[in-house]
Amino acid sequence: MKTSRSFAAWADYVGLAAALGGLILYFSLTTENFLSPVNFKTIANQVPADLAIAAGMTLVLISGGIDLSVGSVLALSAAVFGVVLARDGASFPVAAAACLFTGFACGAANASIVSYMRVPSFVVTLGMLEAARGATFLVTDSQTQYLGERVEWIAEELFLGISAPAIVAAAVLLAAHVVLTATPFGRRLFAMGQNEEAARLSGIPVRRIRWIVFATAGLLAGLGAILHTARLSAADPNAGVGLELRAIAAVVIGGTSLAGGRGSVIRSGIGVVLIAVLGSGLAQSGAQEPVKRLITGLVIVGAVILDQLRRRAR
Amino acid sequence: MRSFRLLSLGLLAAAGMTGCSPKEGATPGAGPDSAEARPHIALIMKSLANEFFKTMEQGAREFQAAEGDRFDLMANGIPNEEDVSGQISLVEQMVAQGVDAIVIAPADSKALAGVLDRAMKEGIVVVNIDNKLDPAVLSERNLRIPFVGPDNRAGARLAADYVGTKLQPGDAVAIIEGIPSAFNGQQRKLGLDEGLKAAGLTIVTSQSANWEMAKASEIAAGILNEHPEIRAILCANDSMALGAHAAVRDAGKSGKVLVTGYDNIGAVAALVESGEILCTVDQQGEKLAVYGIEYALDILENKSAPEDRQTPVGLVAKGIPGAAASQ
Repeated sequence: MKTSRSFAAWADYVGLAAALGGLILYFSLTTENFLSPVNFKTIANQVPADLAIAAGMTLVLISGGIDLSVGSVLALSAAVFGVVLARDGASFPVAAAACLFTGFACGAANASIVSYMRVPSFVVTLGMLEAARGATFLVTDSQTQYLGERVEWIAEELFLGISAPAIVAAAVLLAAHVVLTATPFGRRLFAMGQNEEAARLSGIPVRRIRWIVFATAGLLAGLGAILHTARLSAADPNAGVGLELRAIAAVVIGGTSLAGGRGSVIRSGIGVVLIAVLGSGLAQSGAQEPVKRLITGLVIVGAVILDQLRRRAR
Repeated sequence: MRSFRLLSLGLLAAAGMTGCSPKEGATPGAGPDSAEARPHIALIMKSLANEFFKTMEQGAREFQAAEGDRFDLMANGIPNEEDVSGQISLVEQMVAQGVDAIVIAPADSKALAGVLDRAMKEGIVVVNIDNKLDPAVLSERNLRIPFVGPDNRAGARLAADYVGTKLQPGDAVAIIEGIPSAFNGQQRKLGLDEGLKAAGLTIVTSQSANWEMAKASEIAAGILNEHPEIRAILCANDSMALGAHAAVRDAGKSGKVLVTGYDNIGAVAALVESGEILCTVDQQGEKLAVYGIEYALDILENKSAPEDRQTPVGLVAKGIPGAAASQ
């Protein structure tokens, strides 16, 4: 019994691994330098912000909701971070705390309206998508804040070319994975996503769980803002435009159900890496924008189809 | 998104009601008091989220404050640069309000021609700034709309020429383009292409990063990895130059790979000063709308014939004083 279960768990990764491996193989054959340690190091240091966002998005989707506001919340948090750091001359811990708090506050606002006023999360977070972007332009006066050395140290390589943001992102994924798979909270979250009414009747506090999930997504968007800003050395008021859709794509590629009740943060992480590998490979192949977009669309749908086929075959 | 747009249009309509009725406003000097006599000028820009247009708007407001008696200003932008239909609605709204002149930076060089044609048939003076309307479409409709703005192609050429003075013929370079469908993006790419070829440099790859910083960083990282011989990355705007700058630093090639931008935003101006970004191009965004408004006033007051006017573009590099270097 135990062996067959762990085998099934591993089998969950086969479709994803095949898609990722196929992409890496393809780009290795068609470009000269794709298959190099430096390139994988570069990709590893590109994904941390997306990983943090995808972890939050996975929790939200498992609960049966959706969060469209993460890109704007990331931008607003980054704007607060940049302005507090550059314009107000605050120290890093103060700026980071302000940044995380901003993300958390936006998440908590989403969470409270969704959980206690029973407004669909699609609508609430769509509102937040607009409102947080507007606030971002106000906070930054629509100007990019260049931060340079004030944040560059964060993204410096520690060992083997790996930076602190990559380690932080990996830790977030691992923590979310443990919470989902090995705690009562995780079990309740899955139960709620599968059948909310049944979960509620069996005594699971669905409102509180939903509140925690949306607030966490906001907090992780705030964390993503620090990771994102550290890599680009600048807080850009247009940061994260379309990030929500990229995150949802990565999470769905990772096999998490849009209908709720099923999903894994580790697999979402692989989805993020798959999209990053695709972006990097296409840039190296020198393909033009229309071709890139066509291919990106096809790969997203193709990866999910591959996963579905494997699921049915089992 | 849609509901947001409807809301903002509603607010606009409400704001319009407190102004004048369409018929009166359309005829300058027809109103009974001096406030009615002042021409109403609508400034319609692309995204106010973009620092460039924000600067443009501020310049226009300062100009209006300084010359407060000459005209009333209504400045509007659209939520994002690709929202062509949103901008068309804005023009219709301004026509309905009966403004005397529309100064517009079109989100699309072809799609706006129809609605501007209708505005002109209502007797409204139209001046085109920033992004030039397509000449073929204008002549097909037999429209004469004067363009006041910079030559993006010449501006980009300045950056490419300057890179040419820093490198040897045969050196490899890359271009990061703006949104492929944007006219100014196309012009900048043409200017970069010409300048680089004239300097004998080899363009290894030219890709779009949709004006975005994060996207440019990802693409520049890919380009640097695939083509380690690259000596310069020329970007069609400053946000992308910041992204490319970050990628160059991450690749450990600071100082070995030159980065150039376009627009001279504050963040990049500081990096040009410190020598981390080679150069950028200034097209005096803060004056662009002012030129357009002045031109509209000129047409309203003197009934002068509309002709295109070119505004200055200039190279900004360390040791070279900014702007006005070329016409």
